[in-house]
Amino acid sequence: MIKALQARLFQKHRTMSFPVADDNLPDRFKGKPIFDSNTCSACSTKGCISVCPTNALQLKDTKLSIDIGRCIFCTECVDVCEKKSIYFTKNYAVAASCKQDLIIVEKAAARLESLLPSHIKKIFGRSFKLRQVSAGGCNACEADINVLNTPGFDLNRFGIALVASPRHADGLIITGPVTHNMLTALLKTYSAIPDPKIVIACGACAISGGLFSDTAESHNGVLPILPVDLFIPGCPPHPLTILDGLLWLLNKSLYHPKSSHKPH
Amino acid sequence: MNFSSVKNVRNGEVCSNESIPEHPYERFCEIIKLLCKNGSRPSSYNVLIESGQKKIFGCFVNESNGTIGLLKTPLTALELASVTPHIPALHLFERVIAEDHGLLFIDHPWLKPVRFPPKATSHKNNPKVSIGKMSYFSVEGDQIHEVAVGPVHAGIIEPGHFRFQCSGEEVLHLEISLGYQHRGILPRIASKKPTHILRYLEVTAGDTSIGHAMAGAMALESLMHVKTPARAQVLRGVALELERCANHIGDLGALSGDAGYMPTSSFCGRIRGDFLNLTALLCGNRFGRSLIVVGGTRFDGDELRVQTFLSKLNAAEKDFLNATELIWSSASVTSRFEQAGVLAHSDCIELGIVGVAARASGCVRDVRGDFPSGIYQYTHIPTSTHNKGDVFSRAFVRWLEVIQSITFIREQLTLLPKGPILDSGVHKLTENSVVVSMVEGWRGEICHVAHTNSTGELSAYSITDPSFHNWLGLALAMRNQQISDFPLCNKSFNLSYCGHDL
Repeated sequence: MIKALQARLFQKHRTMSFPVADDNLPDRFKGKPIFDSNTCSACSTKGCISVCPTNALQLKDTKLSIDIGRCIFCTECVDVCEKKSIYFTKNYAVAASCKQDLIIVEKAAARLESLLPSHIKKIFGRSFKLRQVSAGGCNACEADINVLNTPGFDLNRFGIALVASPRHADGLIITGPVTHNMLTALLKTYSAIPDPKIVIACGACAISGGLFSDTAESHNGVLPILPVDLFIPGCPPHPLTILDGLLWLLNKSLYHPKSSHKPH
Repeated sequence: MNFSSVKNVRNGEVCSNESIPEHPYERFCEIIKLLCKNGSRPSSYNVLIESGQKKIFGCFVNESNGTIGLLKTPLTALELASVTPHIPALHLFERVIAEDHGLLFIDHPWLKPVRFPPKATSHKNNPKVSIGKMSYFSVEGDQIHEVAVGPVHAGIIEPGHFRFQCSGEEVLHLEISLGYQHRGILPRIASKKPTHILRYLEVTAGDTSIGHAMAGAMALESLMHVKTPARAQVLRGVALELERCANHIGDLGALSGDAGYMPTSSFCGRIRGDFLNLTALLCGNRFGRSLIVVGGTRFDGDELRVQTFLSKLNAAEKDFLNATELIWSSASVTSRFEQAGVLAHSDCIELGIVGVAARASGCVRDVRGDFPSGIYQYTHIPTSTHNKGDVFSRAFVRWLEVIQSITFIREQLTLLPKGPILDSGVHKLTENSVVVSMVEGWRGEICHVAHTNSTGELSAYSITDPSFHNWLGLALAMRNQQISDFPLCNKSFNLSYCGHDL
């Protein structure tokens, strides 16, 4: 007993305050990408488009766009761009209410409001319980959701908890592209949650199928199988991205990204 | 057995397709039985198509001399005699082949589907069943009851189905039926360009991103005859050991949580994150995504970064030792771990169990020492073992391995060789060749086999995750245990669902 108490003193209080400033993230962290339209001329080589493993970059009317719902943040496009027109900032607030809002064209627009109706926000504002279902997730998204339960992030202090039974839940947080073999189990879990209920797609696979889009073994993410209220991009999303997304959905995130500047 | 029966290669050594002996099925079976009698075990056993013909390609490894024996046999019939009764370690490999190619292995004890691919073809005498709708092994009697768990579990983990046959609290048998995570990763890999392959390997089992990416990089580099710079080899080794530390520490915390001991559980939850953040310091991603590329690594460790890294590593090590020593000095925890979920040494040998589970049952089996490649050819990490085969042994081996890995990381980064981190030349894959690439991931032996065709394209790629060998080990460890010990036993193995389902 005395050893446990000594260890408790030694390990100290480590719960981080939220929001965490961008500066505290590792210098090589990859958050929201930005295009520099002054230098990007949609050049003839288009190396960035062909190098992308998930076809996240698209060219439309001489304007490039990047879909962070498909992006796995590998930054291969940054390496091949001769003019250094694409860069990834440390802004970890990338969650959105619509799939369309995940497509970044030129400079990032100001952050939108979550589209969840205000009466629903009110219902779940102080107590929000989620059931997690992995439907082909590789265990990285799962691990970074799980980590929110550790004392470092302490998800419960925000009134949000991950629960064991769908009957106790207010919504689902889904990872993976939704494999053919998990479809029935996912739908059954969804139907077991009482209304009103929220659906969250976490990670590139759950949003668009990611690396597994357009395959016989998987669907292209949660939409259109279930209606989705929140998309959390990343491969996997950083725990702070997930936490910010959950709070933003309920109008509770106080995070204001500082780093929209080009990293060194 | 004469020398031409099997082609012996080393880990990462390229050989031509023609050099691999091909035998009729009956002779093939005789040879592999003899190989296994002499201490080899199957690491990979898959079907590939070579000049229009389906062939079983066997890869049998032998720790005692560090060789990998390769041989093949053409598939000429739809019904074949099963080798599983003689080599139990092949049980799952044969099931996968039967499922994917509509074969029937006669006398296979339990020829059930494994991954339930939507497009599977089935043999007329072994009709197709859909996932979750099949008969399970059952025990009958007035006192017997059955417990079905999953695919959706109570925790935040991947899906899988578990069927327990119980008499009261006692588990008589556990059947584990997976396949829910099947994403069809292998056909994706064979059709991609080499630069994209590693991105797929990183999500084969997301918690083993470095392990699988390293195995894939080595396979491709061997086929391209690329000489990976020494500095990159060291950085890869550091990342692999960081991955081992993070996962083992997470498991030690989770195990104490399952034993109801919260201090270590909550400390380790955070300390695991400290190790993931060290990986992020190297490459920006906590799981080491896109750190490894064909030819080297994408990110370098400059002097300032290494200094910061080492000071954070030292702090995390102190926290780790402080948090975990509580486990070993708490009788309430150790008595819960001891004699729970015993996996016999003989079962490990017969089933070809790998990794922590094997070493905790006294099998000295570690790719880093037995089939060294990369940095492990120059630096030896002592293999940690224990001999009880219970939850305690598996926890203790993890603890020992974390300490060894931290020592390795510190030594390697202090003596980081100078030079480039990437051989960025464009190289073609060698035509008509095969390479076997093995890495000791944190769960155990990862085995990748890459084949190229006459135009120098990847024609087949196979992945064997350590979990593929080990799931049956968990089922056996649960026999005659209390069902309430299942979470503890499961956590002590901590196997991958998607690595198994691919």
